[in-house]
Amino acid sequence: MDIVTSIANVQGLTALGVCLIFGMGAFGTAIGFGILGGKFLEGCARQPELGGMLMGRMFLVAGLLDAVAMIGIGFALFFVFANPFVGAVTSAAATAAGAK
Amino acid sequence: MSETTGITPTQYIHHHLSYWTVGHGFWSLNVDTLLFSVGLGLLLFLAMFFTARRATSGVPGRWQNFVELILNWIHDNVKQIFQFDNPVIPPLAITIFVWIWAMNFMDMLPVDLLPRLAQFIGVHAFSADPEQVYLKVVPTNDMNMTFGLSLGVFLLTLYYSISKKGLLGYGKEFIGHPFEAHHPVARVALVVPNVLMNIVETVSKPLSLSLRLFGNMFAGEILFILIAMLPAWGQWPLSFVWTGFHLLVITIQAFVFMMLSVVYLSMAHTTHDSHAH
Repeated sequence: MDIVTSIANVQGLTALGVCLIFGMGAFGTAIGFGILGGKFLEGCARQPELGGMLMGRMFLVAGLLDAVAMIGIGFALFFVFANPFVGAVTSAAATAAGAK
Repeated sequence: MSETTGITPTQYIHHHLSYWTVGHGFWSLNVDTLLFSVGLGLLLFLAMFFTARRATSGVPGRWQNFVELILNWIHDNVKQIFQFDNPVIPPLAITIFVWIWAMNFMDMLPVDLLPRLAQFIGVHAFSADPEQVYLKVVPTNDMNMTFGLSLGVFLLTLYYSISKKGLLGYGKEFIGHPFEAHHPVARVALVVPNVLMNIVETVSKPLSLSLRLFGNMFAGEILFILIAMLPAWGQWPLSFVWTGFHLLVITIQAFVFMMLSVVYLSMAHTTHDSHAH
């Protein structure tokens, strides 16, 4: 099939992949933050004097929760703006055109 | 903003995501990352140095108060985790936190401010083509920077692991954890899973430390660039919201980097006859 169709295919599938990365990362992070926040509020309600320390620990765990989601977002944005798969298709097409 | 040059949004994004690179291949240096990171480090160092020089034990001035606030906070946090006696760790934690926070804070500047300034200087002082002048302002946006930081911490953990436990002790821990056994046959059988788990753990620590920071900062910058491409009525509310959230993200990421570095270093110091917990 010609180069335009190939590139369109690759880009369409990349877009779907990027959406999955974003969506599943958000899904896991949202549930994790919900549980984390709920436990924090529970702890604060039980022992209000520990509120400050608990909040510090909560932000630490929040940073860890974000981690894999953000790594995923970093890679997903890389696929959006500098798609290596499209690059592979174009270079393969150039090689095939050069060989002919 | 782009009427005079007539560039497409994709070109705008690509321009803002390209580094000022000198050299090629393996030896390409991202000069903008180096400049901003070293420059910010020097600035912070000098600021703290002069604060320490002029510190009084009487009523402190506002700046001294502020610096002491930060230092005390970091010291309290480190003390809760790091129970050993190593004078390198608190200054290391302070450096990591303050430096990473300052580098992340460069993301708060308007997207076009410094790159346009660089373009202006490039065109008028060096007669460069304005489209070829690249400047990325946030050093921690660059995987090179975050990996440099996390590899530095990783080397420190290796150094302290070996110096506190000895090479033999470290090796024993490598093959004896986390699945422990007493019977010699069981111990030999568990070597392979132990080594695999330890390799994964050892490799994943610097990797996750650096990619966490990189991913957060990269995503933040992309969002700022995307917001910058909106018309004016869209920019004000969105950038307000995102800047506010990003301030929180910056602080959390610097804090998490510092805390995890201290945790890894404390794990490196933990020998089995000195469980400090």
